[in-house]
Parts: sequence; structure tokens; C-alpha cells
Amino acid sequence: MLRVIGGRLISTVILLVAVSIVAFILIQLPPGDFADSYVNKKAQGGVVFTIEEVNEMRRQLGLDRPFFIQYFDWIGGVLRGDFGFSWEYRRPVSDVIGERLGLTLALAFSTLLFTYAVALPIGIYSAVRQYSIGDHAMTMLGYIGLATPNFMLALILLYLGFKWFGLSAGGLFSPEFQEASWSLARVWDLLAHLWVPVVVLGTAGTAFQMRTMRATLLDEINKMYVIAARAGGISEFKLLMKYPVRMALNPIISTLGWELTNIISGAPIVALVLSLPDTGPLFLQALLNQDMYLAGAMILIYSILVIIGTMVSDLLLLWLDPRIRLDVAR
Amino acid sequence: MSNIAISSATITPAKKSSPARSLDVASHWQLMWRKFKRHHMAILGLSLLGIFLVISLFPEFLSPYGPHTRDLRYAQGSPMGIHFFDSDGEFHARPFVYGWKNKRHPVTLRKITILDESKRYPLRFFVRGEPYKLFGAFDSNIHLFGVHGSKIHLFGTDQIGRDVFSRTLYATRTSLSIGFIGVILAFILGLTFGGISGYMGGMIDLVIMRMVEFIRSIPTLPLWLALAAALPRDWSAMTVYIAITMILSLIGWTHLARRVRGKLLALREEDFVLAARLSGCSHGRIIGRHMLPSFMSYLIVDLTISFPYIILAETALSFLGLGMREPAVSWGVLLFSAQNVRSLVLMPWLLIPGLFVVVAVLAFNFVGDGARDAADPYAK
Repeated sequence: MLRVIGGRLISTVILLVAVSIVAFILIQLPPGDFADSYVNKKAQGGVVFTIEEVNEMRRQLGLDRPFFIQYFDWIGGVLRGDFGFSWEYRRPVSDVIGERLGLTLALAFSTLLFTYAVALPIGIYSAVRQYSIGDHAMTMLGYIGLATPNFMLALILLYLGFKWFGLSAGGLFSPEFQEASWSLARVWDLLAHLWVPVVVLGTAGTAFQMRTMRATLLDEINKMYVIAARAGGISEFKLLMKYPVRMALNPIISTLGWELTNIISGAPIVALVLSLPDTGPLFLQALLNQDMYLAGAMILIYSILVIIGTMVSDLLLLWLDPRIRLDVAR
Repeated sequence: MSNIAISSATITPAKKSSPARSLDVASHWQLMWRKFKRHHMAILGLSLLGIFLVISLFPEFLSPYGPHTRDLRYAQGSPMGIHFFDSDGEFHARPFVYGWKNKRHPVTLRKITILDESKRYPLRFFVRGEPYKLFGAFDSNIHLFGVHGSKIHLFGTDQIGRDVFSRTLYATRTSLSIGFIGVILAFILGLTFGGISGYMGGMIDLVIMRMVEFIRSIPTLPLWLALAAALPRDWSAMTVYIAITMILSLIGWTHLARRVRGKLLALREEDFVLAARLSGCSHGRIIGRHMLPSFMSYLIVDLTISFPYIILAETALSFLGLGMREPAVSWGVLLFSAQNVRSLVLMPWLLIPGLFVVVAVLAFNFVGDGARDAADPYAK
């Protein structure tokens, strides 16, 4: 058992190293570097640099060194918690990200909770009451939820919020709490705003998990062991929860990491539309401005979240399902 | 007991002979089609996709105006209703649209458009309008519908007076073709890598599968964004189109590669493959001629399912301004102008292209569900 977990950890580490290299390559990919885009920006303001000055800037920033030297320099810093310097914000990347990462994580995990808290009961209901009106309605809603791009959902919510309440549904805090220090009232204010992005981000995932739950539970519910348990006289609710639902949880758990990927993937664009003060708009802006250390750090952080999420879901599966545990141990 | 068996056996063949026989001799694809037809939603989806296909083939003919034609007098105008009854409640056999007048808002002095119910413009079919080239070859100026003496804007107009209806139809062509080409590219990549991996096995299999797992572990949208942001800003619309399509297909193939590999691994031990090998077939021929056809239907299902992902991804990229850009028109490009709340409140009809996205994705999902069931026509 320990060997299995150890093996999983090692492959995770290898994956992390590979991801960090890709993150660095991606950042190097845009034609031109930060010096170029900085000069272009200044040129629009009427400030002109000589080639010597630009080259001097490159040398100072270390942009003239070979790829792998730059990479090792970067990754060495990352391991010590130093993600480099954001030229756009003129502050260390770890500071810029640090103050926003908390909100990204809060958003991702609230969305994950929301997804499962809504999808599982509805999925179970749909399977138990197959072809009822509620089942049909939920299936239809699920289809539409899967088909709507989440930025579109965000736009519609924004529009309706403005039309009906005359308020902007964007942001995470009311104006009076924007700069306030953390207090119970501020947390409450955050929760009152957080549900909009959570619903927007969670809809597609909820629809998907709902359908998975329904389909797998329908497969299980007519099997012999269920009939045997029912013949034993167990109450219908207890029977459902103890046997078929537990079986049907497997595919749900194994897609947990994948679900987290989807949420992390969708978050930047939703955050942009809803103007959330999290890492999403930061990331997009960094990509557009080729602020390479900031963008690289974000890609790395997003990937790490996903890789760790996948690992956790694998380990959960191992813990939950004795069959897999036995299979791996052998 | 035996009596009943005999009598039923003697009666049934006589009554049911033709359908039973046609079921026996039906080909694999006929059986699949038969199963597919039982899904009403799948048939509905297929019809919707048919409509989308027609739209993307003939947007020049179906739309009253070109995608870049401006009607400055009706800029930021709301969708025009098609009426059968005029303001006096009188019925007209030929539907019509009302005229309009431009005025200044008394307080804000902003230009506003007011419906002029005294003027009626009947809807005409096959009207002559802007010239266009159908398929880039046939000159024509006939449009499916339009009005004489005025303009018709079914979905309203955008900030600078371009007809949203016409633009949406043109965008349908761009978005669907990106999806189509992207899926084909993903298909080729998936078949190649999955095929090599599953057939060769061993070290090559290990390397390819680690690569697939690796690509799948990177969050897709940030990856797409980073790749798209790397495209030079001064590329032409056509180059960007090709680049975006390739970026989107780059990630879609991993799922397919896994599926192909799994099937090939299972099939490798089958007798008919051994027979083919013993007859001296080449590797390529065994894969392409003997193994692939036996699970082609599953691949088609996977393709149908991956289509909407590519469409959604293109829309998201263009919406952020990182995908297709003006003057190209795609669904995402059209939604780009609906990005902030202010323009959304002024012109909520700019969200209509988004409705097309939703309907297209829904249709593909319906067809995908039906196809998934039909892919194995021998299951009960």
C-alpha cells in the first residue's frame, strides 16, 4: 500500500517538473521579449530608446542568456518561493499573486463543493424516479447547462442583475468593504457576492456529474445484489445509500481531478467578465503584456493545483474502493 | 407445450418474414441507423445540424446584407419585429416591418430611433441587393428576403450599424468550419498516435501514453490562452484562423488516442488479426484495413462528442480577444462586442449569437448521445 502511494507521489513529482518546463517554454514562445514590449509601450508615449539602451536592459534582466540557464535560474527561485519580478507591476510576482491567490482557491473549492452538493442529490433523484417529470426537467436543464459557455452565463446574470436590481453583480465585495480589514461582516459580504461566480463556474460541471451519477446509478440499481438486499428487508433509503450509491460514487470520485481542471480552466475568463479581484484577470493581462514571470508563475500554479487534485482523487479512490486497493496491492 | 411452440413457429415466419429478413441482411451501418432513429432528441439534433450546415454553405444568399455593411442611420437599433397586423389591427397577408425615424433624446441628447408606424415595408423574397460571389465563383445579387425602400434588421444592429442577423449567419460558417477542421486534425493525430501506441506496444506505447497523460494534466484553457497569446498580432485573418484551428486540435486528440490504443490492444489478440498477419499483410494494412473498421463507429461517436468542445473553446478564445479578431466574424468575435455591462444594457440583442452557440452545442450533444447508443447495434 505504501509502495503504491510512493509510486504515485514520484510520478506526480516528474509531472510537476515537466509542467514547469512547459510553462517556461510557453512564456518564451511569444515573438519578442519583455524588453521589446516595454520599448513599444514607451514609444507610444513618445519616449524612444537607443538599441544600446535596449540591449543594456536585456542584459540587466538576464534575457540574453541561453534558455536552460534562464530556466534553472527561474525554477531555483520558485523552489525558494521567489517567482521572479513582475515588470508590469514593478513588484515581486509572489506578492502580486499572493494577495489574489486566496480568492482563486476559495472560488475553486466553493465551486467544487457546490458542484457535488447539487449534482449528487439530483442525480440520485433522477435515477430513482427515472422518466418522471422532475427527471425530464433536470435532464433538459443539464443539457442546457453543458451547452452554455460559462462566460455567456456570467453575461446573462450581469445583465439580469443590472436590469432587475440596478446593481452590478460583478466583483467580490460591496464598495464599503472593498478596502476594509477582515471581519465577520466582510466575510458575509464576500459570501453574498461569491455565489454568482460559483454558480457560473459550477453549472457545466454540475450538469456533467448529474448525468454521470444518473447513468451509473441506473446501471447498478437493477443488479442482483440490490434485489437481494431488498429481499432482506432493509429500508429503501438505507439500501440505496449503502449499496448502489456507493458503487456509483466511483466514477464521480475518479473525475474529481478532471472536474478541478475544468474549474481552474474556466475561472480566468469568468473572473474577467465578472471583474473579480482574483488571479484570472491578472493572468490574462500578463499574457497580453508578455509579463513572463507573472504568466509563467500562474500557469505553473494552475497546473500544480490540477496535478495535486488528480493525485488526491486517485488516492481517494484507493481508500474508498477495496477492489482497486486489492488490485493494486497484488 | 410443444404444440404451442410448433404453432407459433409456423405462424411467425409467414407474418414477419420481410422485416425479420431485412434485419438479418442489414449491414452494420444500417443497423446503427435503425437504432439511432429511435432517439427523438438525436433526430432533432441532426435536423438542427442540417440547418446549420445549410446556413454555413449559403450565408451570402440567406442574409439580407454583407457582414461589414453599415446602416449608420439605424446604428445600435433594436431587432425589428415582423408583423402581420398593423397598428389599427388590420391583417396583411404579406408580413411587413415598420419604418423608423431618428430623434434626439430630449434630456440626454443621445441619438434614438423611434418606430414610425405610419410607414410599412412589406417583406419580399428573392430581392436583389448587395452583389456577392457564391462559393467564390458564381456572381449573384439575389438574397432570400429583404424589403424595398428601407432596411430590415431581424436581430438589430451593433455599435456601428452592422446587421447582427447577417453577421451571425456568416459567423456560423467560420465557427463551424473551425470546429470541423479542428476535429479532423484531432482525428488524424489521435489515430496516428493511438494506432502506433496500441499496435507497437512496449517502449513506444509507454512514451506516447506518458505524453498523453502529461498533456491532459495541463489545464486546457490557460494552455490555449498562452498559445494564442503567442501568435503575432500582425498576422492576417486567414493565418490566425489556421493557427487557432491547429491550437484547438492540439489538445483534443489525446482522448481519441487513448480510445484507439485501448481498442487496438484488445483487438491485437483476435484471430482475424493473426490470420491477416500470417497472410503477410503489412502493419499499416492490418491496422487500416482490418482493425480500424471494426471500431470505426466508436471513433465517430468520440468525434461528435469532441466537436462542441472545440466550438466552445473557439468562442471563449475569440471572446477574450485572443482568438479570431475583426474583420473575421465568428460567434466568439460577435460576443466580444457584448463584453461589458454597459453595451449589454444598451444592446442586449448582441447576445443572440451566443444563443446560436448554445443551440449548436446542444444539437451536437443530442446527436452524440444517440450515436453512442447506436455505436453498438448488437446490444439490446
